[in-house]
Amino acid sequence: MKNDYVLEMNGITKDYSGNVVLNNINLKVKPGEIHALLGENGAGKSTLMNILFGMPVIHSTGGFNGEVKLNGEVVNIISPKEAMGHGIGMVHQEFMLIPGFTITENIKLNREITRRNIVSSVFRSKALEFLDSEAMSKDSRKALDTLNIGIDENAYVSSLPVGYMQLVEIAREIDKRNIKLLVFDEPTAVLTESEAENLIGAMKVIAGHGIAILFITHRLDEVMMAADTVTVLRDGNLVVSKPKTETNVMEIAALMVGRELSITKTVKTEEKEADVVMSLRNLQVNMPGEAVKGVDLDIKRGEIIGIGGLAGQGKIGIANGIMGMFETDGEITINNEKLVLNNTIESYNKKLAFVSEDRKGVGLLLDSSIEDNIAITAIRVNGDFLKKFGPFSFRDDSKIRNHAESMVKELDIRCTGTKQETRRLSGGNQQKVCLARALTIEPEILLVSEPTRGVDIGAKQLILDKLRFLNKELGMTIIMTSSELAELRSICDRIVIVCEGKVEGVLKPDASDVDFGLMMSGDYKKVKVGGIA
Amino acid sequence: MKPTVTSQLKKFLIKNIVVIVFVVISILAFIASKQSLYFLMSQLLERISRNSFLVLSLLIPVMAGMGLNFSIIIGAMAGQAALIIVTNYQIAFWNGFGGIMLAMLIAVPMAAIFGILTGMLLNKTKGQEMIASMIVGFFANGIYQFIFLFAVGGLFTVRNKDLLLTSGVGLRNSITFTETLKFGLDFGGVTKVPFFNILMVVSVIIILVYLGLFFIKKKLTVKQKSGIVVSAAVLVFSALIMYTNIFPLQIRMLKSLTFPAVSGLFIALLCGFNMIIIKTKLGQDFRAVGQNQHIAAVSGINVNRVRIIAITISTILAAWGQIIFLQEIGVMNTFGSHVQIAQFSVAALLVGGATVSKATNNNAIVGVILFHTLFIVSPFAGKELFGDPQIGEFFRTFVAYGVIGLSLGLYAWKTLFTNKK
Amino acid sequence: MNKFLKNMTSGANLPRFIISSFFLLVCVMAVIVKIPFTTLMSDTLVRFAMNGVLVLAMVPSIQSGLGPNFALPIGIIAGLVGSVVSFEFGIAGFGGLWLAIAISIPLALIFGYLYGQMLNKVKGSELIVSTYTGFSIVSLMSIGWILMPLKHPEMTWPLGKGLRNIILLDNSFGKMLNDFFSWKYVRVAETGNLITFFNRTDKYISDLYPNNAAVVEFTIPTGLLIFFFLFCFVVFLFNRSKLGMEMRAAGDNPKFALASGINVDKMRVLGATLSTVIASIGIVVFSQSYGYLQLYQAPLFMAFPAIAAILIGGASTQKAKIFHVIIGTFLFQGLLTMSLPVANKLIVEGNLSEVLRMIIQNGVILYALTKVGGQE
Repeated sequence: MKNDYVLEMNGITKDYSGNVVLNNINLKVKPGEIHALLGENGAGKSTLMNILFGMPVIHSTGGFNGEVKLNGEVVNIISPKEAMGHGIGMVHQEFMLIPGFTITENIKLNREITRRNIVSSVFRSKALEFLDSEAMSKDSRKALDTLNIGIDENAYVSSLPVGYMQLVEIAREIDKRNIKLLVFDEPTAVLTESEAENLIGAMKVIAGHGIAILFITHRLDEVMMAADTVTVLRDGNLVVSKPKTETNVMEIAALMVGRELSITKTVKTEEKEADVVMSLRNLQVNMPGEAVKGVDLDIKRGEIIGIGGLAGQGKIGIANGIMGMFETDGEITINNEKLVLNNTIESYNKKLAFVSEDRKGVGLLLDSSIEDNIAITAIRVNGDFLKKFGPFSFRDDSKIRNHAESMVKELDIRCTGTKQETRRLSGGNQQKVCLARALTIEPEILLVSEPTRGVDIGAKQLILDKLRFLNKELGMTIIMTSSELAELRSICDRIVIVCEGKVEGVLKPDASDVDFGLMMSGDYKKVKVGGIA
Repeated sequence: MKPTVTSQLKKFLIKNIVVIVFVVISILAFIASKQSLYFLMSQLLERISRNSFLVLSLLIPVMAGMGLNFSIIIGAMAGQAALIIVTNYQIAFWNGFGGIMLAMLIAVPMAAIFGILTGMLLNKTKGQEMIASMIVGFFANGIYQFIFLFAVGGLFTVRNKDLLLTSGVGLRNSITFTETLKFGLDFGGVTKVPFFNILMVVSVIIILVYLGLFFIKKKLTVKQKSGIVVSAAVLVFSALIMYTNIFPLQIRMLKSLTFPAVSGLFIALLCGFNMIIIKTKLGQDFRAVGQNQHIAAVSGINVNRVRIIAITISTILAAWGQIIFLQEIGVMNTFGSHVQIAQFSVAALLVGGATVSKATNNNAIVGVILFHTLFIVSPFAGKELFGDPQIGEFFRTFVAYGVIGLSLGLYAWKTLFTNKK
Repeated sequence: MNKFLKNMTSGANLPRFIISSFFLLVCVMAVIVKIPFTTLMSDTLVRFAMNGVLVLAMVPSIQSGLGPNFALPIGIIAGLVGSVVSFEFGIAGFGGLWLAIAISIPLALIFGYLYGQMLNKVKGSELIVSTYTGFSIVSLMSIGWILMPLKHPEMTWPLGKGLRNIILLDNSFGKMLNDFFSWKYVRVAETGNLITFFNRTDKYISDLYPNNAAVVEFTIPTGLLIFFFLFCFVVFLFNRSKLGMEMRAAGDNPKFALASGINVDKMRVLGATLSTVIASIGIVVFSQSYGYLQLYQAPLFMAFPAIAAILIGGASTQKAKIFHVIIGTFLFQGLLTMSLPVANKLIVEGNLSEVLRMIIQNGVILYALTKVGGQE
């Protein structure tokens, strides 16, 4: 019986210890179809793909509900290897190519064609068979030709431009004879515009051979160019799934973003007419995965400014650059004084403080006590909490203790005592310790990144309230970076959306969903100026 | 555009800087030592035939990205244990050749088990393989000593009482293989033949092979062409030494140099094995794992298994290498012969221009020649230059440790540098 | 209680648990085979304190994130150079000891600084690189000992060049700390009486009772113990200082330190330097107690027992406390001291204790290596 769909995922539901990340998702993909899968970070795209590929992370967390059908037959895929066997392939965002190998060797990696020899026959071991490089070259040539790539199949991958590497990955997938469905995970993220166009061309060629393509992306113009069908996920729910011809960029953008705000929005009445406290000019930060490529921004005294955008677009890099955590270039002025870049202590001297997005990696000394965590930066930066004996200064235990205790009370840090190791705290309480540490320096400007990531709802509210309090009552300027647009919209005066390392635009919290959606996908300027909808 | 001669020369110099430095040092030390060329050559040939196999056993782990395998000392211990067993039963047929073969056979399962265990351990210490392989060598040495000092004669009975200490428990510090296994691999010295005869045979074979290739493929690479030329030159030179008297005495004396042919054959076979294994599926897996474990794992290669295989092969080869080494010396220092084997083999490989991530047969052979030249002449050079042979001895230990330290340091620095980029 | 037991037998605490059990077992066996327990305890105490400072050198190295200092020989060389130079001046007693330390410290500062700079270039491979750096320095210095222009006749060979392998410290600063305010309980052979001596050298006692007429049964090396604990206290104070807290933060979590404006590389150099300085003082203390200076290849493997000791105490390659030094050195040295006569009673031939040391020492280090980072 011939089936209409190569892949059907029916009623997929998945939760991580009670936290529902996918809720009754249905996805149907036809042979030869390019099917775009859209959604913000955390919408559930990667979990859905993990289920499709049978990743261990799914099974070790209790599996999922619903069924996966390939060509009409229900399958139970429990490992990526099995997924491969079923003819499902993946083109990775970060290249899975070995630079020291030739294109052919990469295409045939662990699928080498071999010839038997005496020894291998005696030992009945495939591992001892000789490689048949001629046959392998021939196969790779064929795969490369399918994609219309003219490069030499025996060239080393390390000598290729980035755009070609992606194509080599695709060639590897289509060289797998049984390939039926190919998943492209944000394939254009690292490509230039013309390279991206090449890639889309290649995708269409593959689809023309009857292979179905699942295209995960956030670039709406590419969706419009390539896709036959569009599916949008939001917060683990299926928002829409329809043919491209029945929708447009504006609608998709709005669908991606739109949501009911879970946190009560404070009404901002008056427009703040304040002076500029910090200005960024052509800020460039070389942060891997979150590079900033020339940001200009003025931050007003006493405002809460939000920095939003999709993951990997560089919003995280801005605060890290200001604090000198990664190689930074450009110009930063604070209170009309230039900041010496790439020097964290200078940033602290300018009365900045920082709550990092990477709570466990950067924000905490996990094996040290709460009180030490709270005090250490102030000890380093301001020389607080010290007793002097001649030329030596030693820690003042009682001062540290008293301060930590007052912080624990103030921020409601749930712990067994200030001596408890931070490793033992819950995510929300760990975040409060990070905040306490930053506040201990008594900053004028507070940079907080992802303050509510992995934090339970109660702590979330408390942290946001605290930020609001600091801003209103103490007049602290706050630069808040977050992936949660709703959260930014609930407390910020202005929201900057960063896309591809640059400021795409600045919006009021009450601007429309369409505007937010378009800005995040980087289509705002194109749509508003060029009107390609 | 064709690269200029100077830029090519520069490239050549940079690529081979380590080798060049050691060639210069070796030549200077040789001149300073005031020893004859004959003395150097005869000593050197002995050491080449003894040590090359051990050095060559290091190559596969390097290929698999595990760095320099300091744990070959464990293989060496397996080799020694096998020799002890053979000596115990006094098996020495075919002028000792049979005994050596038997020892090699016995060593295989032991070395394989040790290799698998070592490999499993190194899989638990990824990123710190080299220090771990060194410490596991020390650790194994403790166990080795425990077995052969306290268990043998007690827990295990020994037939050959000459092996035991007077108390009846524990092996003697030194075990002599004279008359039984000494030079067993070369049938007690029967196949020790004039060195230049071997050179002539080898060069004739190379020329014939390349000519054969030429008739099949109708063309030769530059490398193959120069191979023919060099072989022809070697052939002529060897013939002149063997059959004429045209050279000055210093060089004419070299005529009487000998080389154990079967040992040489074993070394050549291992070189061949190292070359062939690259061309198999297993070799491709070694390379893939060596270049990037993550990508190899994603493409379905069982990374840990491949790493265990690499270490196991290396351990077995090291066991054979140690057997070859000891049967040539004829005496085994029961608790000492293996201790320095890893340091010296690794140092030799690095002197030959290998790095932590890349090592070839050529590196191994060139390294053995250079390192041991330095080893032979430096005490004499120390005596001539400073009036104290000890200085030369300490210098060569310094070279051994220093070249390893420097090589590891430079590699770590380079890795850090490229990661930052 | 159950949780406590579990905690004591898992992770970095496992070696301590095993070695303690072993130690107890050997103690019991010592009693069973009737080895005079007091002498053993006395030796344990001395060896504990004389090795302690060398083990203490591991603390700043581990705390600053460099891992155990496999290049301990660098500091040892600095201490030995200070010692032989002091010896050359021929100052006996404490003067010689202080002079040796005074010369060692600036040398160790320079060596340690350079060593730290080097380690910053090889991040991630500190352990193996530092091992071979230590080896190289020892073999290079072996040439140095031959060429060193020192003339003291008790230190040089009567014929030939260079310094001796072993230099007797009896007429210099040997046992100065051990005998300082020491209590010695001496058994007089003839009468069987126990006599107590305070602040007396062994020589004084043997002069008083010639021909082994009396045996020292138990020694409390007060000066040595005071010195060791004083040093522990200094390191403890350093840990509580601003600089010490910053250094530990840098070792604990370099990214955290960076985000707090701490210069991680500088802190690593500080850790390497401090470790080298402590090691240089440690070898002086060790040598005065041992009674000899050991030159040439002797320092080659000295890092390993020190590393094993702190690991046995419960440290890991990333975490170390002074408590780990004290408990670990006591257990390791105690076990070695006790096991030697016990083993010899059981098996006459061979040095079982030495073999045991190799297995334990390297086994413990290997165990710690399997816990490094867990990068996969």
